Amino acid sequence: MKKLTSAPYLLWMAIFVVVPLFMVAYFAFTDQSGAFTLENIIKTGQYTPIFVKSIAFAAISTAICLLLAYPLSYILSTMKVSYQGTMLLIIMLPMWMNFLLRTYAWQTLLGNNGIINNLLGVIGIGPFKLLNTNGAVILGMVYDYIPFMILPLYTVMAKIDKSIIEAAEDLGCSRIQSIIKITVPLSIPGIISGITMVFVPAISTFIISKMLGGSSNLLIGDLIEMQFLGNSYNPNLGAGIAFVLMIIILIVMAVINLIDKSDSDDKVLM
Amino acid sequence: MKKIIALFSAFAVCVSLAGCGTGTNEAALDVSGMDTEYYSQLSDKGVELNVANWGEYISDGSEGSVDVIAEFEKLTGIKVNYTTYATNEELYAKMRAGAADYDIIIPSDYMISKLHNEGMLQDIDFGKIPNYENIDDKYKNLEFDPENKYSVPYFWGTVGLIYDKNQITDDNFGWEILWDEKYADNLLMFDNPRDAFAIAQNILGQSLNSSDEAELRAAADKLREQKPLVQAYVMDEVFDKMAASEAAVAPYYAGDAVTLMDENEHLGFVIPKSGTNLFVDSICIPKTSKNIDAASMFINFLLEPEIGLANTDAVGYSTPNKNTFELLDDDVKNNGISYLDDDFLNNHTEAFSVLPDEADKLMSELWTSIRSGE
Amino acid sequence: MKKLLKYIYLALMIVFLYAPIFVLIVFSFNSTKSHSVLSGFTLKWYTELFSDRVIMSSLLTTIIVAVSASVISTILGTFAAYGINSMSKISKTVALNTNNIPIINPEIVTGVSLMLLFVFFAARMHFKMGYITLIIAHITFDTPYVVLNIMPKFRQMDKNLVDAAEDLGCNGIQAFFKVVLPDIFPGVISGFLMAFTFSLDDFIVSYFVSGTSVQTLPITIYSMTRKQVSPKINALSTIIFIVVLIVLVTKNVIENNRDKKLKLNNE
Repeated sequence: MKKLTSAPYLLWMAIFVVVPLFMVAYFAFTDQSGAFTLENIIKTGQYTPIFVKSIAFAAISTAICLLLAYPLSYILSTMKVSYQGTMLLIIMLPMWMNFLLRTYAWQTLLGNNGIINNLLGVIGIGPFKLLNTNGAVILGMVYDYIPFMILPLYTVMAKIDKSIIEAAEDLGCSRIQSIIKITVPLSIPGIISGITMVFVPAISTFIISKMLGGSSNLLIGDLIEMQFLGNSYNPNLGAGIAFVLMIIILIVMAVINLIDKSDSDDKVLM
Repeated sequence: MKKIIALFSAFAVCVSLAGCGTGTNEAALDVSGMDTEYYSQLSDKGVELNVANWGEYISDGSEGSVDVIAEFEKLTGIKVNYTTYATNEELYAKMRAGAADYDIIIPSDYMISKLHNEGMLQDIDFGKIPNYENIDDKYKNLEFDPENKYSVPYFWGTVGLIYDKNQITDDNFGWEILWDEKYADNLLMFDNPRDAFAIAQNILGQSLNSSDEAELRAAADKLREQKPLVQAYVMDEVFDKMAASEAAVAPYYAGDAVTLMDENEHLGFVIPKSGTNLFVDSICIPKTSKNIDAASMFINFLLEPEIGLANTDAVGYSTPNKNTFELLDDDVKNNGISYLDDDFLNNHTEAFSVLPDEADKLMSELWTSIRSGE
Repeated sequence: MKKLLKYIYLALMIVFLYAPIFVLIVFSFNSTKSHSVLSGFTLKWYTELFSDRVIMSSLLTTIIVAVSASVISTILGTFAAYGINSMSKISKTVALNTNNIPIINPEIVTGVSLMLLFVFFAARMHFKMGYITLIIAHITFDTPYVVLNIMPKFRQMDKNLVDAAEDLGCNGIQAFFKVVLPDIFPGVISGFLMAFTFSLDDFIVSYFVSGTSVQTLPITIYSMTRKQVSPKINALSTIIFIVVLIVLVTKNVIENNRDKKLKLNNE
């Protein structure tokens, strides 16, 4: 009887999650007239460089997010408990701004005549080409997605029992040793969910590259958008690319989950 | 903490006061010349009209201009859902993909043919649009609508090069400047296939309507060759980037160049002597429209001379409405950009016509590959 | 020394996170359209913002969609979590994995897949993409978060409570409302809030399923960034930032007070 209360939701998920994914697969393997074809998947192969580039950009920005967020979350988790809430609020506040606006802000900062170059001009250097570069795209990704790394990291670190660390230090571990031997291993679930939550949106974004990347930085997301609502209407090819993207992400997730052996109940998603 | 909240509420009050004080600074529109009886036919029927237009392509009430949509709503009691698109191809994709229910669209010539060929436009009942007589005969019976059945000209114009006078002092250049290494990373390019191909085709001496595979591939190679020099592929982002001197030169539509040059003295505009594209953007009613009377009324409203004037002043494009043209200031008529002499228009411009399906598909694929290539 | 390093790092990160927003806010008061040179103070962009019909109507759309989607998905998700919790191990795993699909799937794939579905049915069943498709799509990506927020509460709940209630004469429905719901309520609330904020902020999925006549605020913002940029967009950013600030600070203050009270009660 109780189980039945989930029936409406499961039905909902079947119609609006599972069926649509099958429709993506259906479009990916058919042509405009609905006949079976492998053409879309083969054509997707032509865009291998874009896939490689998107994976590389997403991987680099995920790594930078981890490197920046890890010390930050650690500092946060070792603060006085009464300050932690306020500090977390301050750090997460920008995330609540619409990400289009935040990305747009970087556009105005990085331009040839933007604020950064103007400031550099005052002290007599520059201007540098900052906007429309690979670096700008990665910066945009890091900026937009770093909160998704900080939150899970902080959540697991705050839960680590401080007495374990004290015990280790009493037994002669230095601070660095205790971080490597205790904090890092215990924070792996946070690292895993942080990586997932940054990597997936970063690999599939179609705005950041458009706004900050200039001419040579089309990513998979842009390619998909172009086929559906952009300049080269071809939903079958778009579905083909989306299908391959989904497979890639499934593989990445499977690899990540191999590392993460912890019980699924303890995973931190948010 | 209380202080901060107090500060913000003070701020909020400031803003709302400012809002009240100057909220109605739009130009008042004189509707006395309009047939109010005609416009009030649907006033209490709760009709909604879905209008899709190019970005920056109507007088929207900013900076003291007439808010055309608001005036239309006020006059007719019809609610307008106004959305914008950036390119013809984007509009096409939305119509094909989005189960679109537009009542009014404003595509360009070649896209009108394409939409018509695919059965997506409906014939217009010109009996419902008395102002159609305001359209200059020059803009009737055009190739994309030889019998004037399904389109009403909105604006026309040409394509040229907007340049930054501080960076380029000599205005004696043509399309080749977009391939000049000197401006590497300092030039912008069209972000839509048809306009981009047209520039390469002009340089290669091809027709802008070539459907020959070898020619299209040659044009694509030309665009690939240009790619390393291009700072960004843009549409209306051109406004911001050129105004802020982010780039030295960009190809764009003449009307927008006029608007930009009005506000920015450091910008100039060149229409290359080797020739250019002449385009006409016309208002159409898609098959999906269920509010044909309201749509016709909207078209009629846009053809009112005063509305045409407000739009022309705001967007800078060239009007096909002869009564609006009469109302224009002489310096607009003679700015050397908007209304070119017939000799140039007849001999050095080419309008787009729709490409055969194969060529159209090829161009679209080549474009994706140019944009996605290294 | 170490402490100093720590604070420098913290300060640098905060500068990194806030600099762009600070710049947006400052230039919302700039008297010219330039976004790199300050030339004078004005509030005119705020005036123009409030008289911009497109922005105001898309704001209303966003609120309507976010409220309806988050309310429906909270109800749907609460019952779902209740049911999933009492499933056998295998069906539970299947249900939770399905629940995770929209969370793990890239948003663009979710958007595109729903668009394909809606277009397919819109053509056959003669409905228009718009409010309905937006709300359906939002419920689809909101509910998984509601379920995830509520599941742990069920695990923490003492199962004997329900049995006890039923022994004392409650039927299943009464037991749910009188015993279960109060116990999981904090999870329901946080699930609702999360769903609401995701809905408010969503751009990518909405972009693909909104059809032609309805625009949410993020879609309007997107089209604003693609045109001649008006400082209206900065004014809008400033207002959004202040609203978010007030909401989050209030929430924090309320929670702190509650925690203090709890502590006092416990002592």
